[in-house]
Amino acid sequence: MKFWQPLKEMNWASRFGFFVVSLFGLCAIFAPWLAPYGQSQIVGDVWEPLFGKFVFGTDQIGRDMLSMLIYGARNMIALALLTTAFAFGLGALLGFLAAIMRGWVDQVLSRFVDIIISIPTLIFALIVLSSTGTSVFALVTVIAIIYAMPVYRIARAVAMDIEVMDFVEAARLRGEGLWWIMCKEILPNALTPLAAEFGLRFCFVFLLISGLSFLGLGLQPPLADWGAMVRGNSDGIAWGYLHPLVPATCIALLTIGINLIVDSAVQKASGLRDDQ
Amino acid sequence: MKNSLLKLILRRLALGILTLLAISLLITVGVEALSGDVCTAMMGQMASEDKVAACHRTLNLDRPMHIRYVEWLVNFVQGDMGKALTNHREVADVIGNRVGNTFFLAIASALIAIPLSLALGVVAALYRNSFFDRFISMVTLSGISVPDFFIAYILMAIFAVSFGIFPAISNVDEWMNLSERIIASALPVLTLTLAVSAHMMRMTRASIVSLMASPYIEMAKLKGVKPGRIIVFHALPNAWSPIIQVIMLNLAWLVVGVVIVEVVFVYPGLGALMIDAVFLRDMPIVRATAMIFASVYVILNLLADILSMASNPRLMHPK
Repeated sequence: MKFWQPLKEMNWASRFGFFVVSLFGLCAIFAPWLAPYGQSQIVGDVWEPLFGKFVFGTDQIGRDMLSMLIYGARNMIALALLTTAFAFGLGALLGFLAAIMRGWVDQVLSRFVDIIISIPTLIFALIVLSSTGTSVFALVTVIAIIYAMPVYRIARAVAMDIEVMDFVEAARLRGEGLWWIMCKEILPNALTPLAAEFGLRFCFVFLLISGLSFLGLGLQPPLADWGAMVRGNSDGIAWGYLHPLVPATCIALLTIGINLIVDSAVQKASGLRDDQ
Repeated sequence: MKNSLLKLILRRLALGILTLLAISLLITVGVEALSGDVCTAMMGQMASEDKVAACHRTLNLDRPMHIRYVEWLVNFVQGDMGKALTNHREVADVIGNRVGNTFFLAIASALIAIPLSLALGVVAALYRNSFFDRFISMVTLSGISVPDFFIAYILMAIFAVSFGIFPAISNVDEWMNLSERIIASALPVLTLTLAVSAHMMRMTRASIVSLMASPYIEMAKLKGVKPGRIIVFHALPNAWSPIIQVIMLNLAWLVVGVVIVEVVFVYPGLGALMIDAVFLRDMPIVRATAMIFASVYVILNLLADILSMASNPRLMHPK
């Protein structure tokens, strides 16, 4: 099978998703070589027009929007990937632990997760960030904790099913420890259902990060990020400048792209047909 | 056996109250643990012990945490939320003016979004896999995946800047009459409507379509019942439970999604107030607004569960 075979089988929607996501991915990886200017370099007048001398014009203090978008792709995607990875690590670890230990460990963890999940995500993030102050560390930690909760539930449910299998029983009787059972018996079998969740959770994380950075609680300058770009340029809209829509469109395109891919993957996996 | 239903509902209610208590504990104790000592932060590390102790006394921080928590809770329930740190106004007064504005926004959006998304969902389920269905599903998928401020600025660019129909900034105040108020808050309401309808409509469609394969629908089809009638009289009564759940969850989301939309349109509501307080680190306000948002969210979730239990035909008419 050639490596582009899966691409051929996709419908146009997921091909579009794939195209958009890889475009932003390339921007993120090769940002310093692709961007014509630096991410905080002032290169022209305030709000130079779109598609003129600068492809996407300049922002509210005269920085090149294209360069900021490219660097922003790098910063945002890196931050969201890191956070999602942390969330999955933490959620899966606790979920497996609850499934293996059962009893009070399971009870305590599950009730705790119930409470955190019943607080709206944005409000939870705002409470924590208002008491710790804004920093990349606080941002990653709080969002990772928020999204570890649903991951915990999935991981626990999946691990519960695996834990009753004979090979886990065999490992127990062999006298293997908790860590071995977690990593060598349960993890390999739980990897596929967890991986299937990753794309969707990445989208949620990405949207929450852009929401927070739109509110001014995300990455701080000189680091470029799309949410802050929308907010920074938002005054321009009253004067008829469409600049804030450009980074907002980037956020929308990336999340739609990922959703399209996830959608078609889910549809293929569950074998949905006409009637569904 | 109405009793078993009542028992289920009572248990769910107790769980909801416990959750609220746990959240209030988290908000007060957690915030204090994370933010460190306010007094040392204000006076610096070199301040003398007497001064710090005096500061603790004035801010009521000299007593044990659990006593202060209970006091805070008792006062909060009675509507006394303490004083704001920055301008020393009563938090209840500051919030009082704005609660109504936020709920106006949320209720107006819900009144438009619920009938709209139910109707569209039923139509999409009726003509599934038609061009209309595919188009709607594409649009709603995009609606779910884009950030709210994207929708907000697009609407602003179209309606406020290009056509100039609605104001870009929603200056709502108490002296406005209803029509002025509706025009001023048209764009935020429209944004929220679009954002929640997408999800509600998809779920309506999905829960009807998933029922279409069941034997009693097949039976109705074979009897020669018309497709529209099948959906409204045969599928819908059984789909209510998931649909109600989704409606309530989206209303819960609406009250929170309001935060960003209020910031975009500079709408004087609770969300915008909370964001300002977060920046000023005015904890009494952050605490009170967070508690209000969280309570509404928990209560609506609770209602979602209870209503979907009550609307489930199998629970209502047990054998």
